[in-house]
Formats: sequence, C-alpha cells, structure tokens
Amino acid sequence: MKIFVNGKAVEVETNSKVCDILSGYDVFVRNGYGIDKNSLLAEGDKIIAVKKGEIPDEGNLKDMILSRNGEVSKRLESACVCICGLGGLGSNIAQMLARLGVGSLILADFDVVDPTNLNRQNYYMDDIGSLKTDATARILKKINPYINIVKKNVFVCEENILNIVQDADVVVEAFDNPKSKALLVNILLEQTEKYVVASSGMAGYGSSNMIRTSNPLKRLYLCGDSTSEAAESVSLMAPLVSVCAGHQANAVLRILLGQFEI
Amino acid sequence: MIKINGEKKELANINLLDYLLKNGFKTEVLAVELNGRIVKKADYAVTTLCDGDIVEIVSFVGGG
Repeated sequence: MKIFVNGKAVEVETNSKVCDILSGYDVFVRNGYGIDKNSLLAEGDKIIAVKKGEIPDEGNLKDMILSRNGEVSKRLESACVCICGLGGLGSNIAQMLARLGVGSLILADFDVVDPTNLNRQNYYMDDIGSLKTDATARILKKINPYINIVKKNVFVCEENILNIVQDADVVVEAFDNPKSKALLVNILLEQTEKYVVASSGMAGYGSSNMIRTSNPLKRLYLCGDSTSEAAESVSLMAPLVSVCAGHQANAVLRILLGQFEI
Repeated sequence: MIKINGEKKELANINLLDYLLKNGFKTEVLAVELNGRIVKKADYAVTTLCDGDIVEIVSFVGGG
C-alpha cells in the first residue's frame, strides 16, 4: 500500500507499523494527531515524522509546523486576516493565527513597544522601542517563517480604515480605546460585507468564565464580559487578556472555516 | 412593543437618540442595529423606533 512520509510517497507492506518503516524518528503525526511508533499504518496515511533536535530542510519544515493543525491548514493558507491594534489582544491573536497557519496577516498599529506592555503583550525586552508592527512581524516569522505579513504602521482612523482592511477576509478589532473600537466596528458593518471580531471587557482578574463570545449584530462577533473596563484600579492583566485573545482567535478560525454559530 | 437587546419594552414612536441618552448610553462608544441593519451614527437623531422594531445595542468598554 502507498503512504506519504513528510510529503513523499512510500510503498509499504499492508499491516506495517510506524516503527517497521520509520527508524531514527521520535515524533509521528497523522491527521493532526500525534501517534505512537507502534500504530498500524493504513493506505493513504500522511505521516509527518520528526527527529527531535534536528532542524529539517525547508521543504518539510512548513508541513511539520502545521501538521498538528490537521486538514484545516490547507483552508487557512489562503486566508487573510487584518488585526487592528497590536496590544495585549492583537499581539497574542497574531501569534495564535500564525501558529494556525493563516496565510496572510495585515498588522495595523501606530505605536512602539514600551516596558509597561510586557505585563500582557506578546513582546520581549529587546522589542522595547520597536514599532509594534515590526516587533510582531519579527516574532511571527520566528514562529512560522512562511506567513505573509503586511505592516500598516499608522493610527487607524475613519479616513484610512477601508484602505487598511481592503484585502482581509476577517477583521479583528483589538484596540484599547472604546471610541476607536466603536468607530472601526461601525464603519466595517456599515460600509463592508466583512466579518468583524471585536472585544469589550477583559480588565482585572474576575472569573475567566465571564469572558464569552457573542454574536450581537449581523457579522459582529464580540468577545469579553462587556463590562470589565480598564481603569486606574482595574488594570489589564495577562490571564484575562489572553483568555479574551483566545476567544477572538478561535472566532476568527471558526469564521474562516465556515462555522458561524457561537 | 419594541424589542431592545432581547427585552420587550412598552414603547412606540420614540427617537433613537433620546432613548439612548435617557438610558445612560454614551453614543460615541456604541454600535446600534435596527431590524438587522446597522444605524449610522449621524442617523441616531433622525431614527424613530416603531412598534415591532428589533434593536440591538452594543456598548464598548476600554481595554485591550
């Protein structure tokens, strides 16, 4: 029977086990799931075999990175997502979408990384002073070198929104300022047919279970608890911001895969 | 009867902007949908909510 190992067709005997034909490898992934070396192989199996500690050649690296995401990788590769705001939400959402293998990201932010960002945003000490678009692009390329990134180092406003989001299938609202959130959402719902994944309420350290995804308006998915506003005594902290970012990234994933139920 | 954010209200022929202001909404952080269509901010003042209308109001709070 024929199987595929790291993209190459291999002829093997029926009832072969992984270990019968693949020696010298440590990790085996089939259909997005890690399998044991004693697993039985079946006709047409697509196996990714990895030797720990060894950096593979480029031809195999992309498949290896994305192998755990299973069959959906192919569908995500052609997608383009615009992330407006690269703070606690946007920097983490960008990272998750890169790990998913979303093919193209448009990153929009005017700001530079400062030390107060490190409590929750996906940046490092040596990013301080860098534009957030540059720092995020740098980090994403380290995670998934195959991602296509368009940087928009601008303050997103009424005049440039439509131009920035033009090529995106889905737009993520990840701003801090509530007026900017409302502005972006209103313009996109009014003037485009795009899906918007927005956020509201994730400050403090309330119960994680209060963060939820809703679909209050047509084409608008809203993540957060809708009430926990950032304020002097209620700061934005890594856990709830990350939970909310996870909700948004998963909402994007579901939309891209045609799952519109919340 | 007007349905606002899923709740039935005994209201009719009320101006949208009046309703929002009377109920403590800050219009600059809102997105409002009337019968499945987004209402432009500039139209809040000239939109009348009528019997049978379905209104959804999303209010954004800061943080991200």
